[in-house]
Amino acid sequence: MNFSEVFKLSSLLCKFSPDGKYLASCVQYRLIVRDVNNLQILQLYTCLDQIQYIEWSSDSLFILCAMYKRGIVQVWSLEQPDWHCKIDEGSAGLVASCWSPDGRHILNTTEFYLRITVWSLCTKSVSYIKYPKACQNGIAFTKDGRYMALAERRDCKDFISLFVCSDWQLLRHFDTETQDLSGIEWAPNGCVLAVWDTCLEYKILLYSLDGRLLSTYSAYEWSLGIKSVAWSPSSQFLAIGSYDEKVRILNHVTWKKITEFEHPATIANPKIIVYKEMEKSPRVETESLAFPPARAQASSLFSTQSKYDISQVPVSLQYVKPVADRANPRIGIGMLAFSPDNCFLATKNDNIPNAIWIWDVQKLKLFVVLEQLYAVQLFQWDPHQPRLAICTGNSKVYLWSPAGCVSVQVPMEGDFQVLSLCWHSSGDSMALLSKDNFCMCYLEREEVK
Amino acid sequence: MGDWKTITVPALSSEKKNRSTCGTSEKKMSPSSLNMQQVLRSPLPLSKSMHSFFSAFCTEENVEQSISYLNRELTTLGFPSLYSECKDKELNVVSVLNCMNELLVLQRKNLRAQEEVEIQHLKLGSDMDHLQNCYAKVKEQLETSRREIVGLQERDRQQQCKHRNLHQLLKNEKDEVQKLQNIIASRATQYNHDMKRKEREYNKLKERLHQLVMNKKDKKIAMDVLNYVGRVDGKRGAWRTGKTEARNEEEMYKVLLGGYEQRQKQLLVENAELKKVLQQMKKEMISLLPPQKQKPKERAEDGIGPVLSDMEEDAVELNKENMWELSCETVREQLTNSIRKQWRMLKNHVEKLDNQVSRAHSGALNGSDVISREDHELETEKLELEIQQCKEMIKTQQQLLQQQLMSPCDDDTSMLLQDCYLLEERERLQEEWKLFREQKKNFERERRSFTEAAIRLGLERKAFEEDRGAWLKQQFLSMTSDHKNSEHVKTQSAYSGSSDPDNQLMNFRSRQKKPHCLPSVPPSEELCQTIQHIPHNSNSSVVLNKTTEDSKPKQWKGLNKAETE
Repeated sequence: MNFSEVFKLSSLLCKFSPDGKYLASCVQYRLIVRDVNNLQILQLYTCLDQIQYIEWSSDSLFILCAMYKRGIVQVWSLEQPDWHCKIDEGSAGLVASCWSPDGRHILNTTEFYLRITVWSLCTKSVSYIKYPKACQNGIAFTKDGRYMALAERRDCKDFISLFVCSDWQLLRHFDTETQDLSGIEWAPNGCVLAVWDTCLEYKILLYSLDGRLLSTYSAYEWSLGIKSVAWSPSSQFLAIGSYDEKVRILNHVTWKKITEFEHPATIANPKIIVYKEMEKSPRVETESLAFPPARAQASSLFSTQSKYDISQVPVSLQYVKPVADRANPRIGIGMLAFSPDNCFLATKNDNIPNAIWIWDVQKLKLFVVLEQLYAVQLFQWDPHQPRLAICTGNSKVYLWSPAGCVSVQVPMEGDFQVLSLCWHSSGDSMALLSKDNFCMCYLEREEVK
Repeated sequence: MGDWKTITVPALSSEKKNRSTCGTSEKKMSPSSLNMQQVLRSPLPLSKSMHSFFSAFCTEENVEQSISYLNRELTTLGFPSLYSECKDKELNVVSVLNCMNELLVLQRKNLRAQEEVEIQHLKLGSDMDHLQNCYAKVKEQLETSRREIVGLQERDRQQQCKHRNLHQLLKNEKDEVQKLQNIIASRATQYNHDMKRKEREYNKLKERLHQLVMNKKDKKIAMDVLNYVGRVDGKRGAWRTGKTEARNEEEMYKVLLGGYEQRQKQLLVENAELKKVLQQMKKEMISLLPPQKQKPKERAEDGIGPVLSDMEEDAVELNKENMWELSCETVREQLTNSIRKQWRMLKNHVEKLDNQVSRAHSGALNGSDVISREDHELETEKLELEIQQCKEMIKTQQQLLQQQLMSPCDDDTSMLLQDCYLLEERERLQEEWKLFREQKKNFERERRSFTEAAIRLGLERKAFEEDRGAWLKQQFLSMTSDHKNSEHVKTQSAYSGSSDPDNQLMNFRSRQKKPHCLPSVPPSEELCQTIQHIPHNSNSSVVLNKTTEDSKPKQWKGLNKAETE
């Protein structure tokens, strides 16, 4: 594993281009495009204000930079550095901005979710979509980029509009039986749209591409409901993580639950491997300590090593009791991700923030539990193999694969706290992001030990 | 005192009347005491009876004897002697009187004591009665109170049970209430949070609106582009028409259908695999079960006979169905039913075996069905030995395998190994190819023969048609010009070569006129005949027939085959 040198970064804005050749990063109001292999600066663009969001177009020719405070989106071209484009939303304000799948339209969500403006880079036409829904994932594109689903809300009722991306024709418009829609997601095969309700009501609805309601699923009433949703890459399974610390898997044939995964604090089954991260401080002779030393000691002064140890079952994990009278409590399954080969599902239970649970999808059983020293910030699967990269906010990055797991210290001078990471589309390298810097990590081809 | 009694008894009988006038009923006491009582109770009228009584014991004759007797008795009782001290046989009146007084006193004392005793006795008797009554009453009370206690205990127990149940229910209800309260609380906080968020946004909106209303100079909403970019696919944008809308709809449905078709394919493949597995299972189950002939007894018992034949029928049917891969309801039901039946039979069989084994263990030897204990043990020993041997073999195999793997297997050896495997596979494939080629040749040969036969048939048919045409022409000619027989003969002779057989042939043909109209089979018969007739040129039509019939079967079959093909 090779690490590159550290570069400046702000707001964790660092993205690989879809074709895998370039890496775009932001430093305040400047956008820097580098070559992925040697990290040399290829282009440098200057925007009008501090950049809050960047996105590559699907053909890797353009990058959009959104500045929400000023309400401006600037688009830069890689082929022609002189080309410029500035979209000013003016008094309408700007809350979100994204590309359309063809890479020639930009969808701006104005302030207060008043409307979505579709700006075309090819023609002079501007389209407006009224009454978009004010939620996190209100816009969803199918994987092949043909259709777009948009959540709307009119007269206190939720609707879904399906558009054809090529000419923005409204294909279907139907209402949903949700109280307060909180997210939509297409299945990878583009035929089914999952729509789920607010966390106060456990309800997920499945619509077919032509707007028919295929099925409804509700596991229980009254208690807090769905927290996270993930489709399997083959569209066979839909994993729903909820506030009751369980993941329920629905199958695509009958849309009924085939199994549910529990996340208890004690693991007793001897068939499950539990990897526990242990600090290896050079002072202490023995290999492992039960609890880590204080954070100050764990800084790079000592460059403490850590390694994984297999814990003997039964293992009792660190359980955090949630604060009862807070809204959006930190309980339940907050993160869900399927591996790209559809063999594994990685989940994180916010009640046990230090652990990652890896489930075997073929056998529908718990396979591995990784117990970290610190709370897991982010995990992401390698786009090609069943390899999971994890960061917990300290200066190490962790990798797990069915062959084993390893913890790697990022060899930087000073404090480099890995807050986020993203894989390169080939799976050979990844970018590790901290608050002010980022670095590239190149992985070797052979298997991780 | 015995003597006294014997003496006084005869006298008593005469005194009975007297006594009865006194009214005493006491028979227990001795007669003397009775008399004494009489004396005590009613002294006056007793003087007469006294006289008579006393005269019974002592009369004038036996005075001395009675005195001596009395003296003897009194001295034995401890009284002083009746005789005087100085002179013998002289009555001491003083001592007599004293003795009498003493006796009276004694008698009085005894009577008193007796009275007291009797009174006490009476008292005790009544006390006893009283106590017995009391005891009976108390016992009854005890019984009733015991029964009451038992009843109360029972009630108490029931009440305790009820109490416990109610307590449990109360606890459950409390838990549920608590849970619901928690849920309500969390929902309330969520609602409040959302409400606050919405209110904040609303406030922002109000401010913005206010700002906009106040602000005269409106910031222009515009896009400033250096130059417009071409589309991804290089074409120009198209107008949105009804046609494009329809096309979009069509495309959407195509996508959906594609997804469904793929899914259906997957499901079909899965179904076929599962059906195959089930079929295999069924076959294996059938093979596991004991065959029909060996156990006719069981057939009678279980009625397997008709079922098995049904099974076989089903199997044949299902095999047929499988070839065409139908997935209709009935096939599925048949398969599942047949498997269920087989499974039941297998289960019965296994249960029977279990019973047999258990019976053998318990020691009951019932003929040849049950294995004796020693045999059983021998078998188990043998099996254990076998198991041991197998295990050892497996171990050695494992070791060898490990050695192979562990040995520095460089590329060459691994390649060689791979080659070996490949060679084996190649040889196998070659053999299979040979077989395949042979089969192919056979098929080719047969096909060729069939085609030849078909060609021949075609040719024959053509020739026959020609013949028929010619014959019809001749017939027509013969009909029109009947007197021109010679011409006929000529023509026919030109055709065949001799007159007599020609006539016969004519007759034959006229007779054969009708069969003309029959289906293809007889015409070919005729055809054969005519063809055979021409080269052979024999005289008798019977012989003709025979020859044709001889050659017919061979050609027949070929033709038939050709036709059916």
